Amino acid sequence: MRFDFDDEQREIKETARSFLASRFKPAKVRSLAEAGEYDDALWTEVCELGWPGIAIAEEHGGGGLGMVELMILCEEIGYACAPLPFFSNAAAGLAIEWAGSDEQKASRLPGIASGEARGAIGDDAVVIDGPGSAVIALFGGSGATLVETSEAGLEPLDLIDATHRYSRAGATEGEPLDGDLEAASGRMAVAVAADLVGVAQKAMEMSVEYAKDRKQFDRAIGAYQGVSHQCAQMLFDVEEARSLTYFAAWAADAEPDSLPLAAAMAKARASDAAWDVCKAAIQVHGGIGFTWEHDLHFLLKRARAGGQLFGTSGQHRERVAALAGLG
Amino acid sequence: MDLTLNESETAFRDEVRSWLEANHPGQEPHGDLEAFKFRRAWQLKMHEGGWAGISWPKEFGGRGATLIEQAIFAGEMARADAPAPANILGLVMGGPVIMAHGTDEQKERWLEPILSGEEIWCQGFSEPESGSDLASLKTKAVKDNGGWRATGQKVWTTFAHESKWCMLVARTDNEAAKHKGLTYFICDMEQDGVEIRPLVQITGEAEFNEVFFEDAYIPDENVVGGEGNGWMVAITTLMNERAGLGGGAAVAVSRDLGALIELIKERGLQDDPMIRQRVADLLIGTEALRLGGMRALTAQMKTGIPGPEGSLGKWEWAKLNQSLTELATDVLGPDGLAKDTPWTYRMLRSRANSIEGGTTEVMKNIIAERVLGLPRLR
Repeated sequence: MRFDFDDEQREIKETARSFLASRFKPAKVRSLAEAGEYDDALWTEVCELGWPGIAIAEEHGGGGLGMVELMILCEEIGYACAPLPFFSNAAAGLAIEWAGSDEQKASRLPGIASGEARGAIGDDAVVIDGPGSAVIALFGGSGATLVETSEAGLEPLDLIDATHRYSRAGATEGEPLDGDLEAASGRMAVAVAADLVGVAQKAMEMSVEYAKDRKQFDRAIGAYQGVSHQCAQMLFDVEEARSLTYFAAWAADAEPDSLPLAAAMAKARASDAAWDVCKAAIQVHGGIGFTWEHDLHFLLKRARAGGQLFGTSGQHRERVAALAGLG
Repeated sequence: MDLTLNESETAFRDEVRSWLEANHPGQEPHGDLEAFKFRRAWQLKMHEGGWAGISWPKEFGGRGATLIEQAIFAGEMARADAPAPANILGLVMGGPVIMAHGTDEQKERWLEPILSGEEIWCQGFSEPESGSDLASLKTKAVKDNGGWRATGQKVWTTFAHESKWCMLVARTDNEAAKHKGLTYFICDMEQDGVEIRPLVQITGEAEFNEVFFEDAYIPDENVVGGEGNGWMVAITTLMNERAGLGGGAAVAVSRDLGALIELIKERGLQDDPMIRQRVADLLIGTEALRLGGMRALTAQMKTGIPGPEGSLGKWEWAKLNQSLTELATDVLGPDGLAKDTPWTYRMLRSRANSIEGGTTEVMKNIIAERVLGLPRLR
């Protein structure tokens, strides 16, 4: 029994942390978010690192690693609050890998793995990162289809989270994804949960730093329990969400029977944790945290969006209750 | 990451499980005296099976189990709903303190009777005016004729009336800073200078006692860790207490949650959406507690000491136990108001969970200061 990363996984995490820190400095995140754009050159760099295909089988041009490695990248990208079409592409890859036919895998996965023919993901209400993608895995009702992006009739949606591109699909006809949708959606939930854990971790670190620096009534505000206990609550929330998310990723690779329940738990907890931590972060920062000039709101809005997408915490809790004995 | 048990760990789990199946003492009898006798007999049986000192090194009569084996053992005990051994405080606190800070004579004198349950131990730390701020305690001990005389009041002393020995922390130097003037004694409870009064709690039961020391005699050889080192010695005990409590907690909560789910079904409330959300919250918290325990264990295997992150588990455990028993009594409706019924008793008892063994507020202070590095208020 060992609940931590092996050397290779730790290296992936460290590389991702330093790459993202150098490429997505706060000013860069802000300029991309304010312009509502992605930086194509940065996406190319991400593709050269092999990230988009990290969990796609080698026979389809991927790295052949597992959900744990993909989760590590998602968490780091969330931590950097990076505007990248990474999650949507990875989620489309998971949908096709787990629910697609052999033909769909052979025709779509290589482009998704290389990042040259991106996939996007969505449902009846929202498509993430549609523009610029080749194909959209669209979930709706009890099924899912693969829709050519050019035929999806995308209409842009202006949502509060400016670190991703959102739209609505006007047309939903496409090829059905007939395989194990639960295996796909469980993994997708874990990927979003990981992004949320990263977002929450970042908001917590910013709050703790601020609470050490900011002085009122002649002492650092972090010495007051009204503030320090909010920070302790942040750690409680982040670590619980992290434990559940890491476990769900491990279950996806090593114990797939446990995945449906583990993924629902992870997504429910991470959705609540990211929102609660970001809310508290704004409170701890006081007035400055409420300004557009401060970067916290990008995290808060990303947390809000991630919490809504692929099932709210309430919906995932309902699933937990159903799977764990209440029928 | 590898969250499975390896071959030898699986074999160990099976060994514990089958020993518990063969030796489980059954339902604990009602009544404090009867229950304590029962737990004493159970401890002796555990000792004979080599399980009482699961975490103790072999040289002191223990099993010398690894951290993972200790966690497996605690989990199996909870899973089987096996009673705690009678001398739990001696096993998780007194013994480890003697092993860490005691002299060879002290080890020789005290360890074996702790393991067998022949001599019961209690803890004299908290006082009416010293709860979370333990180092402010006022019970004092003065030198007298090759020993010491202790005077003062202790409170929340579990098993005081059954105990032979008390782990007594007293002030021996009024001039020194408050953490530095304390000494750790092992005080004989069977003497005239010690008076025990039961302390009735909100459940109507008296699990705990108040203990009054009036010139109670303690010979010099019963000082542990040297005069003036009481705080350092006591801290070891508290860390052991928290680590000792942690092991089976998630399994025990999970077992209780299973019983709650059955109760919900019996009452036909399984489709109530509010109840489903609350049950899911409990399931998620319980799983987070289990996984957090595995992460803490992994960290402890690397560093050798339990980290301050253990405070998260204590906090979550208290929260879960309180929410779980509240939900159970909500499900019972007016029946949940009935005196002396199991769920109602536990609902009331659980109010102490966020106070005993370090309050939730103290857990938050520890996290804020020692994990997040925020400045201290004091």
